[in-house]
Amino acid sequence: MQNCVSAVLLAAGLGLSFPLLAQDDHKAEAWASACFACHGPDGRSDGGMPALAGQSADGIYRALIDFKSGKRAATVMHRHAQGYSDEQLRRIADVLGVASN
Amino acid sequence: MAIERREFLRRLGAGALAGALPASVLAQNGSGARLVVVGGGFAGATCARYLKRWAPGAEVVLVEAAAEFVACPMSNRVIGGTMSTRDLTRSHDTLASRHGVRVVRDTVTSVNAGARQIALARGGAMSYDRLVLAPGIDFAYDSLPGLEGAAAQEKVLHAWKAGQQTHDLRRRLGALPEGGVFAMHIPQAPFRCPPGPYERACLVASALRRSNPRAKVLVFDANPDVLAKKDLFLDAFRTRYKSMIEYVPNAGFERMDAAGGELRFDVQAGIKADLWNVIPPQRAGIIARKSGLANVDQRWCEVDFLTYESRVAPYVHIIGDSVASAPGLPKSAHMANQQAKVCAAAIAALLAGRPVSDEPIVANTCYSFVNEKEAIHVAGVYHYDAGKRTMVGVPGAGGLSAAPSSEEGFMAVAWIFNILNDTLG
Repeated sequence: MQNCVSAVLLAAGLGLSFPLLAQDDHKAEAWASACFACHGPDGRSDGGMPALAGQSADGIYRALIDFKSGKRAATVMHRHAQGYSDEQLRRIADVLGVASN
Repeated sequence: MAIERREFLRRLGAGALAGALPASVLAQNGSGARLVVVGGGFAGATCARYLKRWAPGAEVVLVEAAAEFVACPMSNRVIGGTMSTRDLTRSHDTLASRHGVRVVRDTVTSVNAGARQIALARGGAMSYDRLVLAPGIDFAYDSLPGLEGAAAQEKVLHAWKAGQQTHDLRRRLGALPEGGVFAMHIPQAPFRCPPGPYERACLVASALRRSNPRAKVLVFDANPDVLAKKDLFLDAFRTRYKSMIEYVPNAGFERMDAAGGELRFDVQAGIKADLWNVIPPQRAGIIARKSGLANVDQRWCEVDFLTYESRVAPYVHIIGDSVASAPGLPKSAHMANQQAKVCAAAIAALLAGRPVSDEPIVANTCYSFVNEKEAIHVAGVYHYDAGKRTMVGVPGAGGLSAAPSSEEGFMAVAWIFNILNDTLG
């Protein structure tokens, strides 16, 4: 952590790009926030739609891929999942989910 | 590594490292900027909350006249007697107490886009770095002869902004004479919630069947056909409400005799009803029009769909029902929620000097009830088309329920609670 911060401070001080922030996936963070309309803020659902909070990123990704392919039945998720590329679904899952390791 | 990065960003956002960082880095979290959001509905409240999340250093101000927000989705169920407006009402206080938004209970009377300032009804002005207008809809009663005055509007309710009128329509429906006629008029598209009028017809008929089974429900539509979930609604009208609902398309409003309960149409004879519900034609909220932002037919506001910034006023963003929607995209609570997040993410990026996302994605899910328990949905996902500079539906991602179901009715109720939590929870 200390090295991280030092690197950032050094880069910022030299007027270089901001490597850590640039790597942060802002685009996917915005995509993922779309899910909260139905699944509740930060995925904390009051019921009905499953809670996403606390689920693993890999589990969310698998579910999204299965909705997209039709392998897993749903009321609306089979439609929503088809709106994204597999790569977009992976990035969304990484934002929403907890890293498995 | 990912966890370290998140922790670092969290601490950066919280200002824990503020003393150690140069000013250029501080600007990354929006520090020093004032972002003013006008309107505390699905669009505005969501935008304020997510602005504070993604630009935590910025001062985020929400200007809203009402102390509470009453949601429109599900309000047809209140009219039908199967839901309470208490379930649809949320305070704006959580934005302040939980999310760090400064809530100002006031009305914006004018926008000076050149000076980046708004004027407030209670006096005084407020400057902004970015302004987000989410004023919802305004009713164009000036285009409804006979309904221009307050007395006529009191007699013929809209119940198209949830609140007192929702209760009043419910009460008047309960007082309909036995075997009486409830009639509604639907304006030409576009308007807020395209499937809403047809859902209302179903839920009114469903309620009357219990309390007043010989009553009639007449639906006069200025449009040539049912605008949303067409086959599902027409099927409900023809089968479930066969002897109750009569649907008449191409019925242009000519003149209302509010006292006499008669509506005259452009091409057919006038109709008398015991209870009229006229949904007025709609346009962008008053402040957007007054500020010269409604540049599409003098009704709706044209925006850049990457940022929701106005096409006519820089540093002014417009979200929600006031926006001139991309073709095929509805004016819905869900769309308002999604636009709010795209707008908030774009403003946070602009403040931080990062590129705005060139791939915004918005989704829509819209449930309608056909009786007390069973609902249907329409869903869609829309990507930005850079060539056309508009949002375009993804093939295969859009669609409708095959048939009404109580499972979807359950999901519809879950949806309203979850989206309200995302807005004002």
